[in-house]
Amino acid sequence: MLGIGKTSGCPVPARKGRRERLCALKLTAASAPSTHSKEKMPPYTNYHAQRSYPMPDEPFCTELNAEQRALKEKEKGSWTQLSHDEKVALYRLQFHETFAEMNRRSNEWKTVMGCVFFFFGFTALMIWWQRIYVFPQKPITLTDEWKAQQLQRILDMKGNPVQGLASRWDYEKKEWKK
Amino acid sequence: MSERAIDLMKPQMQGLLAKHLRFHIVGAFPASLGVAAFCKFAVAKPRKKAYVDFYRNYDSMGDFEEMKKAGIFQNAK
Repeated sequence: MLGIGKTSGCPVPARKGRRERLCALKLTAASAPSTHSKEKMPPYTNYHAQRSYPMPDEPFCTELNAEQRALKEKEKGSWTQLSHDEKVALYRLQFHETFAEMNRRSNEWKTVMGCVFFFFGFTALMIWWQRIYVFPQKPITLTDEWKAQQLQRILDMKGNPVQGLASRWDYEKKEWKK
Repeated sequence: MSERAIDLMKPQMQGLLAKHLRFHIVGAFPASLGVAAFCKFAVAKPRKKAYVDFYRNYDSMGDFEEMKKAGIFQNAK
């Protein structure tokens, strides 16, 4: 089944390259020469397929060769007379990519996550450096001694004795409940 | 490119919002009831029990004496 004639020109066809080659190809021949990808030049309009804009006004291929023009003439008649391959060719003239193609997955998320983690690490290093060379001394209320005295005062006052802090302290044994 | 029109299933063309609403409204009731039940039995009940147990044999004056001995009051030494 020929479908749209895919060339075997480039070993790894770029997305754009394939579309453009398809546009310039004859409908049925699989041996048409491959044109190198042209960016945003005629006969292609400037758009990329978007899910949010599924049916643009301009067709994807604006300059048509003779065969394609003949096909467009045939399209004006009854569509039941178009073969499957012709319908596909007309679709390709009109649209940049099918929905399946435009929605395909990619591996971009790996790059994104990699960069995110890289910058997490870089930020951590920066903050570490700042901790050593920039931060001022801790205020007295954050020293261990003060914090211990503060905790003892809260326990003496029986703060939250039902379900909270003082409920976890064993007043007889003077230690935290197990 | 081997999919023909005959081989693909036609997707649902109409009534998408209705279907979405029905699924979610019908699902919202058991979901919210479940969450409420969970909150009641995992949070509210134990908390009420904890308070009841705490105050059943609570000696407020004894507690006050302990605090006074610990020295936290300014006016009751």
